Amino acid sequence: MNRIYSLTLALCLALTLGACADKPAAPAAATSSDSVAPSSGSTGAAGAVDSGQGRALPGQGAQGAEAALLAKTTIYFDFDSSEVKAEYAPVIAAHGKRLAAERGLRIRLEGNTDERGSAEYNVALGERRAQAVKRALLLQGATDGQLTTVSYGEERPVAEGHDEAAWAQNRRVEIVYPSGR
Amino acid sequence: MTDLRRLLSVLALAAGLAAVSATAHAQLTVQITRGVTTPIPVAVVPFGGAGPQPVDVPQVIGADLERSGRFQALPRASMLQKPTRAGDLDLAQWRLLKTDFVVIGRVLAEADHLAVEFELYNAVTGERLLGYSLPAQATTLRLVAHRAADMIYEKILGVPGAFATRIAYVSLEGSGAGRHWRLIVADADGENPKTIVESPEPIMSPAWSPDGSRLAYVSFEGRLSAVYVQSLAAGTRERVSARAGINGAPAWSPDGRRLALALSQPDGNVDVFVLELASHALTRITDDPAIDTEPCWAPDGKSIYFTSDRAGRPQIYRITIAPGERPKRVTFEGAYNARPRVSPDGTQLAIVTLDQGVYRIGAVDLASGRSRVLSSGRLDEGPSFAPNGQTIIFAAREGGRGVLATVAVDGSVTSRISSATGDVREPAWSPRESAP
Repeated sequence: MNRIYSLTLALCLALTLGACADKPAAPAAATSSDSVAPSSGSTGAAGAVDSGQGRALPGQGAQGAEAALLAKTTIYFDFDSSEVKAEYAPVIAAHGKRLAAERGLRIRLEGNTDERGSAEYNVALGERRAQAVKRALLLQGATDGQLTTVSYGEERPVAEGHDEAAWAQNRRVEIVYPSGR
Repeated sequence: MTDLRRLLSVLALAAGLAAVSATAHAQLTVQITRGVTTPIPVAVVPFGGAGPQPVDVPQVIGADLERSGRFQALPRASMLQKPTRAGDLDLAQWRLLKTDFVVIGRVLAEADHLAVEFELYNAVTGERLLGYSLPAQATTLRLVAHRAADMIYEKILGVPGAFATRIAYVSLEGSGAGRHWRLIVADADGENPKTIVESPEPIMSPAWSPDGSRLAYVSFEGRLSAVYVQSLAAGTRERVSARAGINGAPAWSPDGRRLALALSQPDGNVDVFVLELASHALTRITDDPAIDTEPCWAPDGKSIYFTSDRAGRPQIYRITIAPGERPKRVTFEGAYNARPRVSPDGTQLAIVTLDQGVYRIGAVDLASGRSRVLSSGRLDEGPSFAPNGQTIIFAAREGGRGVLATVAVDGSVTSRISSATGDVREPAWSPRESAP
């Protein structure tokens, strides 16, 4: 199941990024070494990313798009599911690319669940979600040492309500960069 | 000498008040939400004696009995007499008031301590059922009152009481980044709340050592989970598990030497392990790619119940602690059964169960495998047995707030235990006679 999902994700990402590569692409806007192509190229999917970066044109539009993707740091999940939905592939790709470019960067993946069910079981479910995001980022060239997972289970809701609208916001993994990065 | 003692007791009282006020916001109030249809009428007459009475002992006894949902205490205003000694007791008067049982007593000042004397009479037969003198200090008077209530409860109903016990729970105040967690220990009636540890990060899963002297709990301080064991008397604590990933769900072995834990592997897979506290030796108990968590020891210490979703959805399993043993599934009814807690006599499990689309507390009879739903909330979780096995305390949601609630194992009595402010959750009922 996980393997099938991973393949699907890799395909989705390859397609998405392939489309991106046709436009003037710019690497992550946040660092000074942006004009230098990332030195990853160790995985197939990330290789596709790299091929697009040699051009390194300023392209404000694309840069803005990339920054907008990096600004998205929350991945939401369906009820009782730890599957990273296809709609998050571009977000995962952007963060993965940034991590591949900045090898010294270490981030936290914080898994969360809604309040329903048992607290410690929910901690395990939240960890499963954090691990799913971790695997997706690894496929994008991040390394294991850059990624720490923690699960708060149902302990840290962002929405305080007790209905599906609140629960949907609380079933999430937060990508947490060190402050100032 | 006497003056010095009085001064000391005043100081002790003042210190007690300071501690209480420091946690006053987390003070619990217990309300019976359903009692038995015909509670037993009992009169607990104001006590006599020349000794200091910093605690109204008969009031505590009467409140305990009423809080069980099985008794109705006669209001003092309705009492025609207030006898404090057997010679003054006219049982015919109490029969007129439709009172079945009468408790009288005295608080006496001995040389270096207090003595709580109490007697229990059957107003109908005239029989003297109990007559005891319990030693006390000013600081332990409330505990001694709870013990007297336990003895009265057991004499009349034939099952032990659980009044002289405590509960550990987690309070949560504030919202968003201002959230503040406290692990609190209070008497079973909500009095004497004391903060054990507090943190801007989550605290969860408190578990009492079998002798009631220590609590194991999970704290996310440092923004990673770790399991701590803290001595209640000394306040000292040890971090016993802080591996990468999940360190959770601590459960004491019946001999108090080991903790069952839920730990995750680097790939995030959670399994049940047993940690020997003295040597820190770790033994794997389950090995499955599914989630295995929420361990709970059988009373004989030879097997562990736990939650696993190895069959797709969470269900309860039991594994014998021996090399090569495979878990056996315990629950089969329903799509979600989690967080087992074994009754003190080992005959049933309290669980969280999905019932008609909502999460409730259930009980599973281990001999027949049959389960029944006990609670009526929508987001009930975290059951914990009272040490007499008669009552289960759990966490519930009411009007969006986290409250605690109890339900009798026969479903006859329910109560709500709420804090004036904030949420309370993660209750754990202490063992019997836990050290004060």
